[in-house]
Order: sequence, then structure tokens, then C-alpha cells
Amino acid sequence: MAKRIDVSGLTAYYGSHKAIEDISMTVEPRSVTAFIGPSGCGKSTFLRTLNRMHEVTSGGRVEGKVLLDDEDLYGTGIDPVSVRREVGMVFQRPNPFPTMSIFDNVAAGLRLNGNYKKSELADIVERSLKGANLWNEVKDRLNKPGSGLSGGQQQRLCIARAIAVEPNVLLMDEPCSALDPISTLAIEDLIGELKERFTIVIVTHNMQQAARVSDRTAFFNLAAVGQPGKLIEIDDTERIFSNPSVQATEDYISGRFG
Amino acid sequence: MGTPTQITDAPPPAPQPAVDKRAVRGATRPGDRIFLGLSRGSGILLLVIMAAIAVFLTYRASLAISKDQGNFLTTFQWDTNLVPPNFGIAVLAFGTVVSSIVAMVIAVPVAVAIALFLTHYAPRRLRGPIAYVIDLLAAVPSIVYGLWGALVLVPHMNGLFGWLNDYLGWTGIFSWEGGAPRSMLTVGILLAIMILPIITNVSREVFRQVPQMHEEAALALGATRWEVIRMAVIPFGRSGVISASMLGLGRALGETMAVATVLSPTFDIQASLLDPGGGTFAQNIASKFGEATEFGRDALIASGLVLFVITLLVNGAARAIIARRKEYSGANA
Repeated sequence: MAKRIDVSGLTAYYGSHKAIEDISMTVEPRSVTAFIGPSGCGKSTFLRTLNRMHEVTSGGRVEGKVLLDDEDLYGTGIDPVSVRREVGMVFQRPNPFPTMSIFDNVAAGLRLNGNYKKSELADIVERSLKGANLWNEVKDRLNKPGSGLSGGQQQRLCIARAIAVEPNVLLMDEPCSALDPISTLAIEDLIGELKERFTIVIVTHNMQQAARVSDRTAFFNLAAVGQPGKLIEIDDTERIFSNPSVQATEDYISGRFG
Repeated sequence: MGTPTQITDAPPPAPQPAVDKRAVRGATRPGDRIFLGLSRGSGILLLVIMAAIAVFLTYRASLAISKDQGNFLTTFQWDTNLVPPNFGIAVLAFGTVVSSIVAMVIAVPVAVAIALFLTHYAPRRLRGPIAYVIDLLAAVPSIVYGLWGALVLVPHMNGLFGWLNDYLGWTGIFSWEGGAPRSMLTVGILLAIMILPIITNVSREVFRQVPQMHEEAALALGATRWEVIRMAVIPFGRSGVISASMLGLGRALGETMAVATVLSPTFDIQASLLDPGGGTFAQNIASKFGEATEFGRDALIASGLVLFVITLLVNGAARAIIARRKEYSGANA
């Protein structure tokens, strides 16, 4: 199911403000790619262009190409809704639907996509919750509201909800920044398991986290406030953290700025 | 004060005074005390006024009901000048509830649709003007609605009534014998227009409060705009819409002039919504109060007490519905 992402010459705007400029990169299937960089450098914006969520923001528009295997997500006649069914997303703050039970939260995406028999639905929900390492904690209270879980559990519920529809790609926008270290560890372990099945892209402010979970790391930066963010370099994580080819990357990683 | 403080010279710490309860409650400063007094006084005053109304209504009502020859709840008659008097609220209760139900059935879906349109579909530059027009609807006095209803709405109802009779007449509630369309359906439609603004405005406010992150969660799962509304917006706003509807229902139940102007009142119950006749509490009080004797007024007050109780029951039911869904409401997210 996992697909390759191939981005070329991508520029994104908020109204007349250019947020990111001319980004090109390739993300291999069944790998974890981390985006790092200072605040405001456009890494979250870039992430949101990969499932066409950027254009939901008022004034948001995109130029350039994003190929998912061979299909251009911004091609003519492509429905953003169907793109988002293929490219799942997990947000910074856990956002389970507060009005739905745990079960219904996981089933939400499936119910959008078509008719499932009750037993099929129950199977997929169980598999997804197991996939998100949450099953044992919630199996006795599937009918309780998702908002009653702890922050870390809620985030794993959101991951279960995202993987239930079997997306090709899973985008994560700082998924651990609102969580305590134990919950963070649980999510990081989970990412390691999920990459067997999905292409994963994760934005993080935590460089140790990038080093721990990712195969490839992309460093974004901006020349000055108000300037568009740019991709400085993307390379194997090991190399980025030991011997990056650009000085700015080394400065950022070693804490000399940012 | 030129010398540095010497710890050894410090006096032994004074024994800690027992914690003053007033201090804990923050009422020691004059400003706090005045505000506490004012707010507590306002709260008590509210309860006193409510109790006084209830006592007044109950006392005057009991004077009338004790002399009532018929059964106050089931009699289809309002003759307070007879000796002995014979009156009951059956017709009024039926008319009040039916006209309000008709109004709610029409107004709530339309109001929710307008609120969703304004918050999620309308282009930004249209939102202000449309919201303004709806606010204007709320500012029209109810007697003006009544006159409009009697002079414009009633003469134009024949077509709708005929159509309903042709296609839905077999149900009984939409049959029509051809009388003037001063019936419960016309009253309900008029009430629906009157309660539309309040329900729309409160619902719009509620839908605007839906956190962005819930809508994005639905979008990211591949929901269309309508599916986002169904998954995230409406469930989040449900309790707010119920509250909004109750505000509207309260107005519909108590509406007086508009009903009195449009309805041709009789003291019997029409099975069909289309046949003229019936009455409501407020309309009956308004039409009879001026010429009523002392005893007649007591009887009208007794009917007012029933309206008061119905309103309380409706509000209680709404609160119960909201409370039952509390666990799932967006409030704890």
C-alpha cells in the first residue's frame, strides 16, 4: 500500500504571502522522513500541501507538483477529498471527535468510504486499535467517549483512526509536542512499527526524536522573518546528524541557532 | 533603615492566626464586600420575584378553580359569567402546543440550515448582510407580524391549503372543509417566521465555536464539506441548537398578538390543522382580559399558570436532553 512521494518545484502561498518556495524532494515508501527546522520555516505548511490540506486555510494555494507514485495530487480533475482518503494525517493536538465513542472515532473514516457490515467494521476497528497499540487499554470501553482518554491515548486513537482507512501515506504534524515523555515514547515505538506498512512523514521540533525515529531527515530554514521557507537539505538521518553537507544544518543541529 | 536586617534580632514569629473564613472567600476588602452583596442580592431578588409570581398565580388561580363547575383540565368551554361558572383549558392547551409544534417543525430545520450556510457555505462578503437581515426580522414588533399575517398571509394560504387537502387530506390532519384559513397551520407558519431569527442567531454562534481542529480531523479523513458538517459541526453544536430551539419555543408558546390577530378563535378542538378554530393560552387571555369580571380574570390567571407550568416542563426536558449527552459534548475537549 505504501507509495513513493515525489515533490518538484512546490511553492505555497497564504494570500499574497509566499510561505515556502521551490521545494523538491523524494520520500521512499516504507520509510520515515522527519522535517526539522526553526519555527515559521514552513515545514508544517509543506506537510499540509502533501494531502491538500493547505488549501483549506483561507487564501491558501499551491504551485508545483506532488506525485504519489505516478499520480499528480494537484493534477486537473483530482478531487482533494479523494487525496485525503489516500494520505492520512495526525495533528499536533490530539483531536478525536468529542461527540463520538472510541469505536465510532476509529470507524469514522470507514463510514465515509462505504458500507461495511457490522462484523467487518468491528474487525477493522480492533485491528486498527491494535495497530496503534491502544487495544489493550480501551477494549473494555469502546463505547465510552474518546475525549475521556489521556492525551497520549487520544493521540494513539487519532493514529488508529488515520490508519483504519489504510492510507498510502501517513503525515504527522508534531504528534508528540503536546504529550509527556512516556506517551511520546509509546508513539515513537508505534512509528517504528507503522513504517513497515506506510510511508511516514513527521514534522518535529525535537531533534532527538528525529534522530530516533527517522530514516531520512529534511532541514528547512528561512532567510529572515517574512521570507519564504526553503528546503536546505535532505539526507540520511545518520548523515544529517553527524556530517551534514550544509553549514546551516550543522549550526541548527548543534544548537548554535534556532 | 541603614543597617542590614539581622536575623537574630527578628522577633519570634507571631502565632499563626486561625484562617479567617471571610478572608478565604475574598470578602474582606470593601470593593469585594460591596460586589458580593450586590451579586448575592441580585440572585436572591430573582428567586423572590419568581416565588412571588408563583404565589400570586397560584392564589388567584385557586380562587377561580375552586368555584369551577366543570373539570378545569378537560372542559371544552370558557363561561366564567355563568352561575355556577364552567371553564377549562383543554382547547387552549391543545392549541398552544399544536401551534408551537408546527412552528418548531418549520423553523428549526430552516434556522439550522441558514446558520450552517452562514458559517460554512456563504461567501465571506455575503455573511454580514444576511445575518443583518435576519436580525431585522427579530426587531419587527409582534403586532406587525399579526397584521401582516391577517392581511397578507391568510389571503394567500388558500392555494397551499387546497394542495395539502388534495394530497394529504387522507391523513386527517391536513383535511380542509374550505373555511377561512385562520387555522393552526397559518398560526404555526407565522410563529415559525417569528422565532426563526433567535434560533438562527444562537445556532450560528454555536456553529462558529466548533474548534478548527475537529473540522480538520474530518477533512483529513477525506470528508466532503457536508460530511465535515455531519461528523464534526452538527454533533458539536447539538446541545446549543437544542437550547436555541427552546428559546424559540418559549416565544412561540407565549406569543399573543400575532396569534390573536390571525386565528379565528372557537372553543373546540379541530383535528385538522387546516380548519379554522381553537385557541391558545396567551391569545385567550389577551382577547378576554379587557372585558372580564374580577372572577373572569382569576380564571384567566389560572390558565396563565398552566402556561407557566408547561414552559417549565419544556425547559426541564430540554435541560435533561442536554445533560444526558454531556459526556459526549464538545465542552470537555
